[in-house]
Amino acid sequence: MLGRAARKLFLSVLVIFTFIVYAIHQRLAGPDPAVANALPAAPRPSPTVPAQKAAVVSPTAAPRANSTTVPAATAASAATDTAAPAATDTAVPATDVPTAAPSTGQYKDGTYTGPTVDAYYGYVQVEADVQNGQLANVKFLQFPQDRRTSQRINAVAVPWLTQEAIQAQSASVDIISGATLTSQAFAQSLQVALQSAAK
Amino acid sequence: MKQTQVMMGMPITVELVDEAGRAEHLGQVFDYFDEVDRKFSTYKDDSEISALNRCEISLAQASPEMQLVFALAEQTRQATGGYFDIERAGRIDPSGLVKGWAIYQAAERLWLAGLEHFYVEAGGDIQTSGRNGLGLPWRVGIRHPFNPAEIVKVLAVGQAGVATSGSYVRGQHIYRPGDDRPLDTEIVSLTVIGPDIYEADRFATAAFAMGAAGIEFIDRLDGFEGYMIDRHGQATLSKGFGQYVVPA
Repeated sequence: MLGRAARKLFLSVLVIFTFIVYAIHQRLAGPDPAVANALPAAPRPSPTVPAQKAAVVSPTAAPRANSTTVPAATAASAATDTAAPAATDTAVPATDVPTAAPSTGQYKDGTYTGPTVDAYYGYVQVEADVQNGQLANVKFLQFPQDRRTSQRINAVAVPWLTQEAIQAQSASVDIISGATLTSQAFAQSLQVALQSAAK
Repeated sequence: MKQTQVMMGMPITVELVDEAGRAEHLGQVFDYFDEVDRKFSTYKDDSEISALNRCEISLAQASPEMQLVFALAEQTRQATGGYFDIERAGRIDPSGLVKGWAIYQAAERLWLAGLEHFYVEAGGDIQTSGRNGLGLPWRVGIRHPFNPAEIVKVLAVGQAGVATSGSYVRGQHIYRPGDDRPLDTEIVSLTVIGPDIYEADRFATAAFAMGAAGIEFIDRLDGFEGYMIDRHGQATLSKGFGQYVVPA
C-alpha cells in the first residue's frame, strides 16, 4: 500500500520536474529554429488592399493604360537620355573647373566638386556637372564600401526562389533605381558643390 | 525635355518625351515637390509635420493632404503587419511614404495635362509612363549596391513604379515593428516593381524591414516583383521578375 503511494508520488514528482526542466530549457534556448523559419511568412495583405488605396491616392483619374503609340523620338530627349554614370574612382578631384560658358539656367556651366562628408560608415564626395545651366550629372568621387566580411555566406538563401550572383553591366539605360541618392551625406556634398555653381 | 533639380535633399529628374511637353509642365512638377517639401519636411521647423510633432496642432486641425498621408500610413502599417510605421520613439516621420506618394501625384499632374510618355524620378524611385525617346519601353537600371557607378540589371518597363530600398546608404534607418534599434541586416538592397511608384515604394520599404523574408513577401503580392541583394552580392529574384529583365 505504502509502496504504491510512494511510487505514485515519485512518478508525479518526476513528471512535474521533467516539465519544469523542459520549460526552462525552452526559455533559455530561444524559439525553435523550425518555428522561426516558418515565421517569415509575413502577413499577406489582401491583394485588393493596394488597389483600393491607389484609388484613394488618385481620386482624380485612373492612370492611363500603356499607350502603344510610338512617339517620334525628339533629338533633344534622345540626346539627354541618362547613360550609366561614367566609372569613378578616388582620383584627385579637380576643384571648381568652370568652363565659364554663358548659359541661361540656374547654374554656371562647369564641373564642381563637393566636400568629403563623413557618412559614419565611410566618406561620400560628389562631383556635379552643370551643362546649359542645369545639373546634368552627379558623379561619386568617394563612396563607402560597406561590405563587412561575414562567415555566414549564403545565410539568407530562400531555396524556392531563383538566386544569382550580381554582375556589373555597362548597358545604357534611361533611369537608375537605387537607394544611393537619398543619403544625407550625399545631399550635403552636392549642396555645397552646387553653391559654388550658383550664379 | 529633361530637367534635374535638387529638392527634398535629393536630385529629382523629370523627362518629358511627348512633343506637347513644355517647360511649364516641368515647372508644375517641381513646384508641386516644393509644396510637398514645405508641408512634410521634418528638417524644416516651419513645416506642418514639425508643428504636429511639437503638438502645436492636432491631426484634426491639419491639412487634408496631411490627414490623407496619415490614413495611408496607417493602412500601409496594417497591410504590412506593422513593418511599415511612420511613428518612432514618439515622433512622426512620414517621409518613407510621402516620397512615393509625391512622385505618383506629380505623374498624375502630367497625365492630367495630357502627357503620356515621361518619367518622374526622385532619389532613385521612379514612375514611368508610356515609352522612352526611342519609342521603346523605359530602360531602368538597378544600381550596383557596392559601386554606384555601375548597374547590375536592366529592366524594360512601360507604365510602372520602380523603387529601391537599401541599407548601403544609412541616411534613413529601417526598423522592425516594436523595436527602436535600427535594423542590422544581411540585405543591402531590395528593388520592387509595382503598378505605380506609391505602391512599389511603400512595399519596398516594408519588405526591406523584413530582412531576408522581404523577397517572399513581395513574391506573394499580386502585381509586384522584386530583386533582393545581400551583403555578399548574392541576389534573390521573385518568380515573375524575369519578365522585366533585359538580357545583358
